Amino acid sequence: MTETTSAPTAAPEATGPKPAHPALEFLRAFARNQSAIIGLILLALVLGTTFLGPVFYDVDPYSMVDMPFVAPGGEYAPLGTDYLGRDMLAGIIEGGRATLAVGAAAAVISVVIGILIGSLAGYFGGWIDAALMKVTEFFQILPTLLLAMVLVTIFGATLVTITLAIGAVSWPQVARLARAEFMKIRKLDYVQAARTAGARDAYLIFRVILPAALPPLVVAAGLAVGAAILFEAGMSFLGLGDPNTMSWGLIIGQNRNYLLDAWWTVTLPGVAIFITVLAISLVGDGINDALNPKLRRR
Amino acid sequence: MDPVLEITDLKVGVDTGRQVHSVLDGVSLKLTPGKTLGVVGESGCGKSMTALSTMGLLPDRFAVSGGSIKLMGEDLLAAKPARMRELRGNAISMIFQEPMTALNPVLTVERQIAEVVELHQGKTGAEAREIALEMLRAVQIPSPEDRLAAYPHELSGGMRQRVMIAIALACRPKVIIADEPTTALDVTVQAQIFRLLRELQDQTETAIMLITHDLGAVAEMADEVAVLYAGKCVESGPVREILSNPSHPYTRGLMACTPRLRLGAAAASAAEEGLGEIPGMVPPLGRFPKACRFAPRCALADARCHAEAPPVVPTGPDHSALCWHTNKMEQVA
Amino acid sequence: MKPLLDVKDLKVHFPLANGSSVHAVDGVSFQVNEGDSFGIVGESGSGKSTTAQALMRLVDPVAGSIKLDKHDLGALEGEALRTLRHMLQMVFQDPYSSLNPRLRAGQAVREPLDLMGLGPARGRDKRVDEMFRAVGLHPDAKRLFPHQFSGGQRQRLCIARAMVTEPRLIVCDEPVSALDVAIQAQILNLLKKLQIEKHLTYVFISHDLAVVQHLCTHVAVMYLGEFVETAPTQELFASAKHPYTWSLMAAALSPDDTTPSTDRFTVTGEPPSPINPPKGCRFAGRCPFATDTCRAEKPPVKTFAEGHKVACHYAGELTPPLPELAAHAA
Repeated sequence: MTETTSAPTAAPEATGPKPAHPALEFLRAFARNQSAIIGLILLALVLGTTFLGPVFYDVDPYSMVDMPFVAPGGEYAPLGTDYLGRDMLAGIIEGGRATLAVGAAAAVISVVIGILIGSLAGYFGGWIDAALMKVTEFFQILPTLLLAMVLVTIFGATLVTITLAIGAVSWPQVARLARAEFMKIRKLDYVQAARTAGARDAYLIFRVILPAALPPLVVAAGLAVGAAILFEAGMSFLGLGDPNTMSWGLIIGQNRNYLLDAWWTVTLPGVAIFITVLAISLVGDGINDALNPKLRRR
Repeated sequence: MDPVLEITDLKVGVDTGRQVHSVLDGVSLKLTPGKTLGVVGESGCGKSMTALSTMGLLPDRFAVSGGSIKLMGEDLLAAKPARMRELRGNAISMIFQEPMTALNPVLTVERQIAEVVELHQGKTGAEAREIALEMLRAVQIPSPEDRLAAYPHELSGGMRQRVMIAIALACRPKVIIADEPTTALDVTVQAQIFRLLRELQDQTETAIMLITHDLGAVAEMADEVAVLYAGKCVESGPVREILSNPSHPYTRGLMACTPRLRLGAAAASAAEEGLGEIPGMVPPLGRFPKACRFAPRCALADARCHAEAPPVVPTGPDHSALCWHTNKMEQVA
Repeated sequence: MKPLLDVKDLKVHFPLANGSSVHAVDGVSFQVNEGDSFGIVGESGSGKSTTAQALMRLVDPVAGSIKLDKHDLGALEGEALRTLRHMLQMVFQDPYSSLNPRLRAGQAVREPLDLMGLGPARGRDKRVDEMFRAVGLHPDAKRLFPHQFSGGQRQRLCIARAMVTEPRLIVCDEPVSALDVAIQAQILNLLKKLQIEKHLTYVFISHDLAVVQHLCTHVAVMYLGEFVETAPTQELFASAKHPYTWSLMAAALSPDDTTPSTDRFTVTGEPPSPINPPKGCRFAGRCPFATDTCRAEKPPVKTFAEGHKVACHYAGELTPPLPELAAHAA
């Protein structure tokens, strides 16, 4: 037993069965999750169809290719035609782009607003928190669909306004989540340690706390994409979509009167929405589980 | 006196998916009625695994691979799950380190004590309540009638640990396993809890297995001591023997590492006292050295220590150590 | 000599939702000279950790002053406070939670230099290497993440990080209580060695009297937000005068003494709530020597030889119930 002086140069490698780098551990856990992998495959399928579809299936979605209401399996349109005799398959491929773009953009807007408001409220606390949370609550109690409809009616139904409207009404949930995470993490010793090391507020918020708070927020962002897609479909269904841009919701909205005579005109884009939202939430759940060290061990 | 609990050559392994690592390798312990066995070692040495094996509560992927655990002659390792449930909380019970998490936050103190009594002794209603009250009196909780209706969060840390002890004692168990029962408590409260445990033990003849990293607690509470290191019992014997004449370099190292309080006249020389050190750290699971497991940290280690597993060497009455160099102990610290 | 750290009447209260407040630190004063290590001992809830956080300005005091050298630390805010932070650094209790899991060891130790722009950017890596060696880690370990280190190694990293800015004062908040006894000894010896080599000044928070006696030059015993006894270490352990200090000393267990302490001095109960602290002596409710005076009136602080201060109505009049102390007093 050596007296007085400390043990010399302890070898840092001797710490035992070394856990892998967190990112690698995450990928392994994700790959073990069957439903997440199914979700990932579905998502790849949807993205592939939407973005590579026009290369393989070069049909103008806006022009008449056959009689209206031709059932799937017809001579000119494999998935049938809609009430104007337009090709359903081309419509779904074309509409997917707008739907996914609106979903993703609206989700980004809501996540950015949500994180900004939630992180400021959670980090500073006190009256800043109280004020920001009052605003958040105000948005939360408004009927979101109604508010979005009002916004679209005022500013006109273009893809951009619809996206902004969806983003503007769906951030409160993200804000609450971000606030809760920030309040929890800002008390951790290593955040305090960074403060004593001379970190400014902005550094603490964006470089120290945000990376730690990100995992649940990434999951929330994924789910927000799904929610925004449904939102857009709902608005289009009610006739508030952009009439000049093909989207899944618009196809459903325009054909909804013929549901009983031509089921495919409504059902097929509905299935597309269903698969997309399902795929996103499966992947989101998979990420969530893989980021949770308690579940990861299974 | 016949031992009430006898652990012989216990082997426990953990399955990491790729291979099975040894956690405990041939640990043998004996508990005598009315006596306390102190189980000492650093974290990662297997103290808690010994306790959990005995309770039949090993976590997932951990499994007993050899040896026997006999409670009054009955082999616990062969007992069916139903039989283990019958014994747990009844013949053998456990006190945990953190009373806040070990107690159920949504049940009153009365319910938590009465529950074990109802479960194991078939007593109900007023009778169970009477026992709960009696137990609270036994663990010296002030105004016990009022405390029956309290929830755990309404009690202080010391009071919670007293409630834990009341639950553990409610069925008059033969054996209590106390896993670091005072680590989460303040020193003045620790003194109260230890005094209480000793008084209760004198009345009930319960055998206690005290799991601790604190040699001071061992000196205060234990009659016998087993020192664990990296899954092996490296030294065992009567407490006075072990602490005044440690025969394993690890025990000696632990003694040297423990800062002593020097009061009164002795305070003057305290400043010059150095603190001993054991270099390095406990090897992680799966990296236990093949021969003597302590050899890489041991000042006495020679070529043989690194090549051959040491034998159990008797060094006094009931006192033995797992070391090649029991006769060279004076050279350590 | 002017003290390096001069704390006067420090108070930290935490407001509660119902309008009352937790009196975590309630009027604490002390001085620490350069090169000394000042130990603050107390049980949980005594306010010792809050005192440490107030010194670091991680919580805001409601009253009192903190002077570090010539700077009025207690009164500074914002950027002025931030630029002074290199002068005092902290080692936290739990080495598992006080390192950012996303920073490599080298980055973690270098971070304070970068944040405060200390020294030329090119020299910083060299300085980090130096710190690694000083705390007994190999500089190659710089590229590892915190989870690849053991508890003791992590605490070495935290010490390296605290020392890298060459602070005038290091506040250690229970730096060894989360560690195993063998590792605890390694870290204590390291802290002692570094103090001698680099003339560091410590404020050392602990619940363990033996650890404090081993490492500190001065000791304050804290109970329910107040210092009840302050003295140079040797003086305190030779002739403690406050009943609470005695109870802590009597409760400390030694591996050398295997006789069960049945007749040893003990106090009953647990500390009362710091929300409504008792109005007289705060220890009166648990003190076996307490009288009506104790329960009604706040005890005065009496000063004995060698700056030994005791807040007790009967300081110096009671016979210590510990044989070692009684023998020394006689």
